[in-house]
Amino acid sequence: MGVRPSDRAGDTLLRGLCATAAVAVIAVMVDIAYQVLHGSHQALSKFGLGFLVHTTWRPNFDVFGAGSFLYGTIVSSLMALLIATPLAIAIALYLSLMAPRGVRSIVGSLVEMLAAVPSVVIGFWGILVLSPFVRDHLEPWLHGAFGFIPLFGPPQTTGSSTFTAGLILTIMVIPIIASVSRDLFDTVPQELQDGAAALGATRWEIVRGVILPSTASGVAAAAFLGLGRALGEAIAVTQVIGAGTGIHASLFATGDTLASRVANEFAGATSTLHTAAIFYAAAILLVIGLSTNLFAQWIGRRFDPSRLVAR
Amino acid sequence: MTRSSTDGSADLEAVTAVLPRIRIGGERRAPAAAAASPSVAAVPREVVFQARGVGVSYGEKRAIAGVDLDIPRNLVTAIIGPSGCGKSTFLRSLNRMNDTVPGFRLDGQVLYHGHDVYGPGVDRVEVRRRIGMVFQKPNPFPKSIYDNVAWAPRNLGLREGLDARVERALRGAALWDEVKDRLKDSALGLSGGQQQRLCIARAIAIEPDVLLLDEPASALDPIATLAIEELMHTLKQRYTIVIVTHNMQQAARVADRTAFFSLDVSGSDRVGTLVEYDTTEMIFTRPADTRTRDYVTGRFG
Amino acid sequence: MSTTEVDFTAPLVATGNLRRRHRVSRAAEGLALGSSVAAVAVLGIIVAYVVVHGAGALSLDFLTKEPSPGGGPGGGIAPAIVGTGLLVGVATVIAMPIGVLVAVYLTEFAGPAAARPIRLALDLLNGLPSIVVGLFVFGLLVVGKHQSGFAAAFALSIIMLPLIARSTQEMLGLVPRQLREAADALGVSRWRTVLTVVLPSAAGGIVTGTVLAVARAAGETAPLIFTSSIFGNRVTLDLLGTPIPNIPVQIFTLSETPDPSGYERAWGAAFVLLSFILVANIGARALLTRSRKKMGR
Repeated sequence: MGVRPSDRAGDTLLRGLCATAAVAVIAVMVDIAYQVLHGSHQALSKFGLGFLVHTTWRPNFDVFGAGSFLYGTIVSSLMALLIATPLAIAIALYLSLMAPRGVRSIVGSLVEMLAAVPSVVIGFWGILVLSPFVRDHLEPWLHGAFGFIPLFGPPQTTGSSTFTAGLILTIMVIPIIASVSRDLFDTVPQELQDGAAALGATRWEIVRGVILPSTASGVAAAAFLGLGRALGEAIAVTQVIGAGTGIHASLFATGDTLASRVANEFAGATSTLHTAAIFYAAAILLVIGLSTNLFAQWIGRRFDPSRLVAR
Repeated sequence: MTRSSTDGSADLEAVTAVLPRIRIGGERRAPAAAAASPSVAAVPREVVFQARGVGVSYGEKRAIAGVDLDIPRNLVTAIIGPSGCGKSTFLRSLNRMNDTVPGFRLDGQVLYHGHDVYGPGVDRVEVRRRIGMVFQKPNPFPKSIYDNVAWAPRNLGLREGLDARVERALRGAALWDEVKDRLKDSALGLSGGQQQRLCIARAIAIEPDVLLLDEPASALDPIATLAIEELMHTLKQRYTIVIVTHNMQQAARVADRTAFFSLDVSGSDRVGTLVEYDTTEMIFTRPADTRTRDYVTGRFG
Repeated sequence: MSTTEVDFTAPLVATGNLRRRHRVSRAAEGLALGSSVAAVAVLGIIVAYVVVHGAGALSLDFLTKEPSPGGGPGGGIAPAIVGTGLLVGVATVIAMPIGVLVAVYLTEFAGPAAARPIRLALDLLNGLPSIVVGLFVFGLLVVGKHQSGFAAAFALSIIMLPLIARSTQEMLGLVPRQLREAADALGVSRWRTVLTVVLPSAAGGIVTGTVLAVARAAGETAPLIFTSSIFGNRVTLDLLGTPIPNIPVQIFTLSETPDPSGYERAWGAAFVLLSFILVANIGARALLTRSRKKMGR
């Protein structure tokens, strides 16, 4: 019995359509990289890698350096990661191991809801609620207690600061790290946990001795995903960081990040070199974003739940 | 595989070397070496566990009901019966491993040295520290061989002489000679039988009072099974052992006492019950109950 | 020689260092609970602010009127609401078929060698900062021309595509093998199987993924800021010719002005946006649970 010609045509058509769509996805990804690099060409040839370290950004004089933005990006994201990772792991442990059934699904959904709040809304809330609170309470207190550390310098009057941006980013990456970590903790076989419990271990000892070590690489990957998100967040950061220039030791000074600067220049570029400089900043973001993502995947691949179980 | 007698006595030495000074009622008592002889049924023995009308349900479903059973010290007590008869459920309720199962409820009493295991104020972690357990499927931690054994002692703060403790435990589980040169290697690289002996070593490293073995050889090949069975003969000098097995020959080979559980089917309800409990010899040669006889003679699946 | 000296016949209460270990464990558990409470509290605080302030701004006029001329007090955000709907709608029309086709290609046709680069591209797209996507479309469609609704919708579709593809693929993976084999055994051709058996049984998942992607796209600001941010008060259907008003950029620009009446309107707009997004999320979750159940998982 032969295949009907209409069926053969249908199969070819469907496969062709699907393959085209798949190729389109790859093409878009490649084209994004191309466009961004291409757009930055003029700035790249003029400033070279010095763009990464020079801290002057003066569109009116056609002088561009993204050093302070790069610094602000790294500082705010690292701060977010340092606060968010332990909190997110704690949340994931609660959800995976401690929470009663009903609570688990409700709290789990709520934490994921936090990820769904648009960044522009979080940023707006940051301007009107978080910034004043940080300025009036958190920063003075930290300055008073730890002022001898340069990081905690005198608070600024506006409340816009790298510190506030770091807190906003913390809120944004917690749900990402928490939900990935929770899924990881769920993969730790019950038999391993039972084995530890049967040795007279407390819940925390089971977590520290069995659950965290067996999922460590996966959790690290989750943290890197969070880092990628924090590095690339533009809108919410723009709203609260204060668009400062220069590199300051104090977290309480205003600052700027690459993504935030790019978003800020939407009103229009003053010259083609200005446009190219914006693209250059985006190109750095692209490279950082792609490499954190690839790195997260690479570590993540080293985590294989089946390795945890004896054969 | 048969083990030469010198091997066996080496293990025996390893085990007796770590015999604890256990105080019972203030008086120090060395474990009786004579305990191993088979004709001890008549001798009154110290009782470790007393199950009094124990029933277990998970939600609406009753798993076992009305189990009365005394488990004596320094003997191997086997629990046999068809699958689904609640053997493992009973075993796991001795050290409260069922607590985390949703809907778990226990009726009656499990007394351990006279104390209600489920009584108010009982510390579950302490219960498991005294009553160790080895599971059906070997479940070594994804750590090195050394760290598998050293993990629980470290938790308990037994850091002094840890290397010696690990070695004793591994010798006690008849694994030392096979792994002494690769203690830093991952435990997951061991064979199934070695992994299971590692789990036994892990359990005895903190010198518990009782070892609960839940079908410890069911996932192993015959040679590894034999190694585990031989191990039990030496271990019981030091520990009280309760073993669940679906393998009748195994029970006959290793156990001093045997309890036969069966499924009581009334209507749609199937509940595990204790049918008969006696010396292993009696259970296998002159069982009192016809259901036991049918089971041990293979007339019942 | 360190042998443990435990009196096994003692009552079953903590011995040795166990009391201290329990304290450590309880402290850790307390921190875990506390962190979870804190995360939920932050969500609660943000939502509460948006609801309390937003409800104050809300009125029928706010939802149905155009902004008052010159950006003064009064007026509504109707064009932004309609515009966001339009942009997200067009983005969905672009992203959904491509996303589903890619997922079908991955599960039905591609061998491991072909699947790898596609999966990688999807993952990378998903992890790309959305401002980069915005700038990409800016360079592709806006530079030398002008902002347009289509450029904005295209940028949003790039955000949506990996989300739809991934959730569809997950759902297709759950379609029982037997269904496909049964169809094969009956001599049904591949394309008929896909269209009549595989896709319909994964429909719930596809819809869920799309709704979640829509919710995500509706709140995205960064891709729009270069593509549809300088808009008037009119939504036109001339997508290629004019930028389209939309809620996220509206909130963004209002939040950047120091005008308190602007803040009130921004809260109102945030309320509208957040309600839509949260309802869509809850709905999608409920749908996912139902369709998972239907597939026997």
